[in-house]
Amino acid sequence: MSGAELGLAVSVFLACTVEAVEALTIVLAVGTTRSWSSALAGAGAAAALLAALVAGLGPGLTSLPINVLRVGVGGLLLVFGLQWLRKAILRAAGLKALHDEDAAFAQETKAARGVARAAGFDPYSFTVALKGVLLEGLEVAFIVLTFGANQHRVGLAALAAGLAILLVATAGIAIRAPLARAPENTMKFAVGIMLSSFGTFWGAEGAGASWPGNDAALLVIIPVLLAISLAFVALIRRASPLASSRAPVTGSGA
Amino acid sequence: MSAVTAVGRGVWDFVVGDDWRVALGVVFALAATALIAMSTVAAWWVLPLAVVALLADSLRRAARAGQRR
Repeated sequence: MSGAELGLAVSVFLACTVEAVEALTIVLAVGTTRSWSSALAGAGAAAALLAALVAGLGPGLTSLPINVLRVGVGGLLLVFGLQWLRKAILRAAGLKALHDEDAAFAQETKAARGVARAAGFDPYSFTVALKGVLLEGLEVAFIVLTFGANQHRVGLAALAAGLAILLVATAGIAIRAPLARAPENTMKFAVGIMLSSFGTFWGAEGAGASWPGNDAALLVIIPVLLAISLAFVALIRRASPLASSRAPVTGSGA
Repeated sequence: MSAVTAVGRGVWDFVVGDDWRVALGVVFALAATALIAMSTVAAWWVLPLAVVALLADSLRRAARAGQRR
């Protein structure tokens, strides 16, 4: 496996783990309060829809000319990656609230208890689980398609996503509670760095630039962007009274 | 809101997110890279510089907005 393929697999695995943790909270909330079978059916239907989306669009994307693919998809990956990175920096600096799985679970559970329920198949559990998994999974499908298509390794990206789902589902079944201690923002930070770095590399290549050292340029882009992003976190914490009044958050749960 | 508008807004929110200036800046930076690459000057440095500048500007605005709240 090349360095770029390893980067692809790690990025997709981390992105999918984060989104799967958030989707698990929703499925657990409706499953424990209403109907496990309906919640799991909804989650399964969403997973099937996402897999069909990747299988349907993947071959079409990989058949595009390489420079069109790199400038178009690389640019999209960069825009998308900068979104993740920006939010992760703001959360790490204390300017944006962390995603709290325990609070999300409590909110979903309260909402689920407030809706009347008939015996048998529960449309509420099915719909909430379907919507939750579909919305969280769309970001992962987008990353699998863009990242995978650029390296013609959509299969490897899908495998990494599948492993992440398996890991989170196994952990969720084992502890039967939201994975509130998962270091979500640290993972989002890492994904933002990887997507932005690869997006920069491919976007520039697609636009006609030649990187010094070719693929080895990524070994400079990734650590430099990480160092600059951590410096931004420190600068915001120092400059903002609001941020410094909150606890440091990088690496802590949700 | 029509279904087409709703889908369009959803796609916009999904791809562009909270700060449209970052997306627009990336498009300009890619165009500048392509223009410079057509000359004899190296063009690889344009996008990394643009990424750092766009991120810094977006974070500066978000931090200011956070302080005003």
